[in-house]
Amino acid sequence: MSDTQVTDAHGEAIDDDKRDFIFIATGAAAAAGAVSLGWPLVAQMGKAADTLAAGSIEIDISKIAEGQQLKMLWRGAPVFVRHRTPKEIAEAENTDISKCPDPQTDSERLVAKPDGTIDPRYLVMVGVCTHFGCIPVGESGDYDGWYCPCHASHYDTSGRIRKGPAPRNMAIPDYTYISDTVIKVG
Amino acid sequence: MSGHPSTYEPKYGATKWLDQRLPIIRMGADFMTFPSPRNLNYWYTFGGILTLCLVSQIITGIILAMHYVPHTELAFESVQRIRRDVPFGWLLQPMHAVGASMFFFAVYVHMFRGLYYGSYKAPREVLWIIGCLIYLVMMATGFLGYTLPWGQMSFWGATVITGFFGAVPVVGESLQQWLLGGYAVDNATLNRFFALHYLLPFVIAGLVGVHVWALHHVGQNNPIGITPKTKKDTLSFHPYYTVKDAFAVVVFLLIFAFFLFYQPDALGHADNYIEADALKTPPHIVPEWYFLPFYAILRAVPDKLAGILLMLGAIAVLFVLPWLDTSKVRSMRFRPVARGFFWIFLFFCFILGWCGAETPDNMVPFLSVGDKGLNFTWLSRIATFYYFAYFVIILPILGLVEKPKDRPESITKAILGDSSHGAAAPAE
Ligand code: HEM
Ligand code: FES
Repeated sequence: MSDTQVTDAHGEAIDDDKRDFIFIATGAAAAAGAVSLGWPLVAQMGKAADTLAAGSIEIDISKIAEGQQLKMLWRGAPVFVRHRTPKEIAEAENTDISKCPDPQTDSERLVAKPDGTIDPRYLVMVGVCTHFGCIPVGESGDYDGWYCPCHASHYDTSGRIRKGPAPRNMAIPDYTYISDTVIKVG
Repeated sequence: MSGHPSTYEPKYGATKWLDQRLPIIRMGADFMTFPSPRNLNYWYTFGGILTLCLVSQIITGIILAMHYVPHTELAFESVQRIRRDVPFGWLLQPMHAVGASMFFFAVYVHMFRGLYYGSYKAPREVLWIIGCLIYLVMMATGFLGYTLPWGQMSFWGATVITGFFGAVPVVGESLQQWLLGGYAVDNATLNRFFALHYLLPFVIAGLVGVHVWALHHVGQNNPIGITPKTKKDTLSFHPYYTVKDAFAVVVFLLIFAFFLFYQPDALGHADNYIEADALKTPPHIVPEWYFLPFYAILRAVPDKLAGILLMLGAIAVLFVLPWLDTSKVRSMRFRPVARGFFWIFLFFCFILGWCGAETPDNMVPFLSVGDKGLNFTWLSRIATFYYFAYFVIILPILGLVEKPKDRPESITKAILGDSSHGAAAPAE
């Protein structure tokens, strides 16, 4: 090798190892730079601080009559609070959940009051179809619960998916009873 | 653009000077004299029509953007204001909205033309794939634009389509909320959709440039699919095809004008004249007509993820079509059996469009009595099956077993028979 040594413009010998090192170091610095700049470019699309902070809502559930449903906007999506009739409660509780696509008992879908009791009359859930996000219509469908008109998903009186393309039960939001009759969502 | 030897001769001092530094006039001149097969029919005028559509969308779009306000509280009203109060807004807004439909109509004709004449086969695979990419970006642009007027269909269409991303296993929900910039479709979503809707048409313009580059590199296909052999098989693009394209454009614009002046809302959905309401889903959500066949494929399967994959597959299959069709014969004119399957394919594409517009549980008229017979879910399943079978079963097998008809030796022979030395050949 040494008898045909490569020289640069100044007649100095070229050290290949040194060149490789410079190439790799430059490449590595450029890659690190691209990634650290790329991340902010991607992350800016996420939820902004004000969206994340978009507070909580309080709902006085005593004002909802039996068989009535309240719809409130929370985080841009509707929250349903339904005062269920005894028939609806019975249907929700007496379902053989082993046949449900997303098995959950009715009481698993309710939140206890401060004294530890569960009031099965009030069902609180995010009123968004788990298929592609349409808002299901109440008191309809094959299971007396909700029916999503977009692609025909049927939910029962506990908001569980029973038939149609939606994969999951309607979601239960984070909520607590701050008194016997007032709930706080979020 | 390569493909044929340049015949441009700069005549003046200034053009000679420029030609040595930037041969831009030469490029234009070579474009105008590009040798095109002499037998191109009117199905070949849609490329020119599409170029016009793109230019029209960009010009009217930039004008709309001068008056439109991308905010959830003002967007709906600002579009109404464009239509009622802005000078000539009544003309320019529908030019853009109807224009989108005309654009898609033209692109569908253009694509079916390619399917019929085998324009995707060697050596035009890359040309075809770039076309598929353009179609994909057009679909994105159309979807984003439809969100902007912030009507009920805008809002719920955006909700359903962005919901697709929620079906991705594990990261689905985070991905969807990242795209939306929130928990649901809201102001952040509208704003970014506007920014992207402004950007994508220029991406399309760039892709069109590459599309035409590829076209001029491999040369145009033609209705008989025989490669031009001699100079007699071709004509200069100008004036022969500039005139033919111009005539087709006039006819196209007549149809455009009919919708524009008499039926500006016929191609849209009445629910989009109701302002977006996050608390109420319209009872019957449908996409714009040009997405209906894909919507039908989406709904044909009862599973969320499978439906989306099938729908994406319906587009993906177009990209690999050059390698699925095993026949070396380009034009369906010489493939009597394949031609029959092609027309059935077209028929089922219309059926899919029909299914996409109907409620899945409803019964199909003529094919059912009472609640017995075929409902739209099953009809869309049959049509979806044929859609895929055409590409992955029929075309691959037919190419191996079908006996094509005899093909003429050359384009000129096909037109003039053996007396092709006569005066009938136009002077060049
Ligand atoms: C590939 C080309 C394009 C397509 C297919 C397209 C499609 C659409 C569609 C379907 C709509 C909804 C119209 C309605 O229903 O009222 C729309 C709206 C809009 N587009 Fe485009 N567009 C294109 C290019 C552009 C460009 C280049 C701009 C300019 C920046 C633009 C700006 C707008 C604006 C401001 C609106 C909202 C106003 C309205 O709804 O009329 N578009 N577009
Ligand atoms: S969005 Fe509810 S069924 Fe598709």
